[in-house]
Parts: sequence; structure tokens; C-alpha cells
Amino acid sequence: MSTASQNPPEASISAEHLVRRFGQFTAVNDVSFRVEKGEIFGFLGPNGSGKTTVIKMLTGLLPLSEGSAWVEGLDVRTNSEDVRLRIGYMSQNFSLYPDLTVMENLQFYGRVYGLDPARLKRRIEETIQLNGLGPYTDRLSARLSGGWKQRLALGCAMLHEPKLLFLDEPTAGIDPVARRQLWDLLFELSAHGITFFVTTHYMDEAERCSHVAYIYYGKLIADGTPNSLRELPDVQPDGTYRVEITTPEVTRALRFTRTLPGIRSATIFGQSIHALIDQHLELDDLRAQLSKNGIAVAEIRPLAPSLEDVFVELTYKHQALLEAARV
Amino acid sequence: MYNGFRGFRAVFYKEILHVRRDFGTLFFSLIIPLLQMVLLGFGIDTNVRQVNTVVYNADGRRESRELLDRLKNSDTFHIIRYVESDHDINDAIISGHARVGVKIPVDYSDKLLHGQSAQVLVLIDGSDSTVAGIAINVTTSIGLDESLRRVLPDRATFAVDMRPQLLFNPDSRSPNFFLPGLTAILLLNVTTFLTAFAIVREKERGTLEQLFVTPVQPYGLLLGKLLPYFGIGFFELCLILTAMRFAFRVPIHGSVILLAFLSLPYIFVSLSLGILISSKANSQGEAMQLAFLTILPSIFFSGYIFPRETMPLVFRMLSYLVPASYFINITRGVILRGAGVQHLWIDGLALFAMGAFLLTVAARRFRNKVIMA
Repeated sequence: MSTASQNPPEASISAEHLVRRFGQFTAVNDVSFRVEKGEIFGFLGPNGSGKTTVIKMLTGLLPLSEGSAWVEGLDVRTNSEDVRLRIGYMSQNFSLYPDLTVMENLQFYGRVYGLDPARLKRRIEETIQLNGLGPYTDRLSARLSGGWKQRLALGCAMLHEPKLLFLDEPTAGIDPVARRQLWDLLFELSAHGITFFVTTHYMDEAERCSHVAYIYYGKLIADGTPNSLRELPDVQPDGTYRVEITTPEVTRALRFTRTLPGIRSATIFGQSIHALIDQHLELDDLRAQLSKNGIAVAEIRPLAPSLEDVFVELTYKHQALLEAARV
Repeated sequence: MYNGFRGFRAVFYKEILHVRRDFGTLFFSLIIPLLQMVLLGFGIDTNVRQVNTVVYNADGRRESRELLDRLKNSDTFHIIRYVESDHDINDAIISGHARVGVKIPVDYSDKLLHGQSAQVLVLIDGSDSTVAGIAINVTTSIGLDESLRRVLPDRATFAVDMRPQLLFNPDSRSPNFFLPGLTAILLLNVTTFLTAFAIVREKERGTLEQLFVTPVQPYGLLLGKLLPYFGIGFFELCLILTAMRFAFRVPIHGSVILLAFLSLPYIFVSLSLGILISSKANSQGEAMQLAFLTILPSIFFSGYIFPRETMPLVFRMLSYLVPASYFINITRGVILRGAGVQHLWIDGLALFAMGAFLLTVAARRFRNKVIMA
């Protein structure tokens, strides 16, 4: 336990200069971040950017090539057994046994974590109540809908009362109502001091996190609260503002907009274009330029950057850096 | 506290639930081997008897008819037809109606009476080497015997009298030969397939990934998954032995307890093989293919059908790598020859070593290829 003293006691996760190499390939490249207790930490990034590798390193499945990591006060390099006793993990495919009933799934995972019979019984009752699984205890988990499977999986991951839960794309493939309910549950649990490490592809979910980080090809390129990220100079440089241009001809409008002087960047979002423009370019000028070129514009309005804007800007910038480094 | 077998009990209970819930699979995996036994036990007879034979007797006199009687009495040949030309003999063999054609030339009796060498043409269909071999042996020995009878004075005895005596299987019953070997193949079938599937199914469902993040330790996990199938394998063995002893009346000359004891390392090898397969395969289809890959050498190189002694050197060396080789030696040893532990301990030890080796390799592969992938 001597290593634990080196760790700032208040952090749930503290990762310092994490590196993981697979042969020549560096999957995780000098990643550092801290997750405080009770936070909902959203970990985002494209597929194959190293999200799962980081989770595997933090849960002690993959040795670190370099760097250090403390999870719930324990050094994962030397103490991964105990780390696993203190954390819960729910994967995107919910990892249930379809041929076992809801109750049997709960009992199995409870025993895996070594709960004694009395505690197992109490925890199962609590979990069933919290997740509303009461009517389904004798049902085979194969016959549950996606939302209920997810609740059961979450229940299984929490039987041993972990202080930290890893949720790997917890809402992939479930309906919007179940998605909303899961987030309500996460807020409730986090109010009780439980920390969540959540990966997701949904930007609206990222907006709900109290802390987000974005990993891009092994590099952490954003880390902070959603609001602090919106104000990053890379995202919102001085002397610029952001507008939303709604038009029926998005692709033509995009091509044209990008040629205009004063436009820093432009990206399509559904039926509209999000553009970062210089302060001296007035909204009316922009509208005039567009209509002069025969592009019908329904609406132009100023816009606060969304998290998606943030990640798009940072990705562009990082790509440019990568290419510059290659040349 | 570090406990290398943590999670064993939880996994063991759960595995038993899986087996009970999927009773159909269990039932079939126990019944199909018995069906295979019935097919092989009743259906296959390696003793060549009553081979279809056509005869063209161009001579037709007493001497020629005596020769044909001797062929018939050998029990090896069954004369289905008498034909009247060389062409008909050929035709009967080509069409597959007969395996053997015998032509007695027109001057057969004349030559015998004049003390000359009389020739009999025996045409044998070589497409089945077992039948052909027996046909050659029997016709040659009938010819020799017939010749000696004519050369030697009455009541003379043969200078050398070979008295072959078949030990252990005096009636040359095929089930006695086949079933002890089949036991090894069937047991391998059940245990390897069931364990491989049980683990690959967890891979397919993603539950294996989940288990790795829990405090379950690799040996706790593997052992918890193995043990139920160990029990099933052992039960299967008892079932097969009971059927063999009472339905097929194969006497067990040695100690049943010794046989049961020596089957433990064999079941261990089969299960380890199943785990090794599951570390490679990512779907049940893939596991099936790999499992068949292990079944084939067990059938062909283990001495189950073809004797290992007659194999080319390379394959004979290969046969030492096949676990079934050792277990077939054990089953035939105990069941047919009444062998004791002093004869068979080395086979048991070899199996145990193989099992330990395979399990170690499988556990390592799991750590490096499955968990860290």
C-alpha cells in the first residue's frame, strides 16, 4: 500500500503520461488526465483512436508501456487485482448470459465479486429495486428488450458497490427513452458520490458530462468541462464568431462559403452550415454574398460552439499538425 | 489476498446452469456416441467372409468340382454364378457383382492325371485391398494344400505344422477390436467439442471480456468451466463402457477401476485441447472446424483403424503426438489383454504431461491473444 500514498487522495482516476505500444504502433501516446470523485467523465474519440486501450490499461488488463495510473487510490501497475474489486465495468454489448434468468445473472456476478450470501441477497434486492427489475426476475435475459438488458447489465456491474464505473458505449443501440432513463440514473448515482467513466459517440450525451476528454489517434487533444472547451482559443480564436447558415442547398453553399474571404472554417451539420468567421465580416454582408451567387438562405444566426464544433475544430487543427510533422 | 483460483465456484455453478438449461445439447452429445457405437459395433465386420465369386469351369470333371468344393468350404468365397466364357468373368468383376473370378481351364483334370502342373486362373478385384489380400491368401493356401495332398503319401504328416492361436480375441470378433478404440475417439469428441463451444460462446456474447474485468482469475475461470465437462466426459465413459460390456458383450479382462483411473488424464488432455481451440476460434463455426482437425488424426494415426506399426516413419512419429494413441493402448490393454498398471503407467503419464502442456499453452494464449488483444 506504500504506492497509494504517492497519489493525490481525492482523485478517482489519475493517469500520468500513459503510453501503450503494440510493436511499432503507438496506440496511446502520452495521455494524462484526472477524474475527480463523483464526476461523470465523458471519454470521446473516433473508433480506433485508443479509447478501449485506455480502459484496458486503467482496469489492469493491459500493462502500461510507460507512465503511471492510479485508480481509486491503487496503482494499476502493481495492484490490478484490487483495482478490479473496486471498479465496475459495463461493455457495449451488455455481457449478460442470455440462457440465464435475470436473477441468475445477478447471482453469478455477485458471486464473482465474492459477496457473501447475506450481502449478495441484500444487494440483489437493492439493485432490483433501484433498476425496477422486479417484474422480470425469473425471465431469461435473452427475452429482455435492449433497455432492460442495459439496466440489468448496469445492475450486475454495481452489485459489489464499486466507487467507479466504466461504461463503454452504454447507450449504443438502445431506444431514446431508455437512453434518457439511463442518464437520469447516472445523475442520481453520481449525486451519491459514484464516479462514471463513460465512452460515447453521442454529442448530446457528451454535453451532459461534467468533464469531457477527446482522444484522437492516441493523443488527448481536449480535456475539461464542456464550457471550458467551448472557450478554448483554438475553438474560438479572438476576433472571430460562429454562425449557423440554414439553407436547402447545403453542399453548394458549403463550397461557396469556403472560398469567401473572412471565413476561417465551415462544416455541414444536417440542413445547415456551421462557420467560424472573422468579426469584420457582418452577417448581412454574408447573406448578400450568398444570395448574389444564387444560394437561397433560410436563416443566418450567431451560434455558441457545440461540443461537436469543438471536437471538429480540434481535430482539424491536430490533423494539420500531424501533416506538418510528416513534411 | 491473492487467490489464483478466485471465481472458480461462481463459474462452476453458472456452467452447470448452462448445461441444465441446454439439456438438448447434452442429451445429443451423450446419445450420438452410443449411436456411433451401435453402427460400428453391429455394422462393421473386418473378417472377410462369403466374397462374391464367379466361376468359369471349362473342365467340368470330378477333379475340378472337388477344387470348387474346397473353395466353397473355406467360408471365404460364395459362388454366385457359373459362367461360360472369359468375357463373362471379366464382366461380372467390372460390374461389381463379383470380387473374384475363378477359371478352371479345359485341361485341368488331364494335367493332374498326368502328374503335370495344372493352372487355375484367379482374378481378384484389387480395389479393396483387404478383400484382395484375403482372397490371395486363401486361394494360395488351398492350392498349396491341394498340391501337397497329391504329392505326399496318405497319412503322411506335414514337416512343419504351424498352429496359430489367437490370444485375447479367440473368435476374432470385430466389436472386441473396434469398441475399445472407439471409446477413445468418442470421448475426445464429446469433451473437446463441448469445452471449446462453452468458451467460444462466451467470446461471441462478449461475456468473456466482462469476466476479465472482474476479479476472476484465469485458472479459476478455466477450471470452473472445465470441471462440469470433466464430469460429463467421465459419465460418458461409464456409459460407453457399460454399453460395450453388456450390449456388445466385449469382455473386460483387466481392472475397470484402473481403466477409469487412466481415463482421467485422457479426459484432461481432451478438455485442454478444447480450451486451446477456444483460444484461437472466435466463433462456434471456427471452433467446429478446428475440433474436426483434431478428430481426424485421432482416427487415422492413433491405431484405431490402421495399425501404427505399418505406417511410414513420419506418420508413426506423428502418431506419438496424438493423445488417442496412448488411450487406445490403454483401453485395448485393459479390456482385451488384461494389462495392469505396470504395463500402462507410462501411457497415463504421457497423457498427463500432454494435458499439462496444452493447458499451459492455452492459458498463455488466453493471456496474450485474448485478454490483451
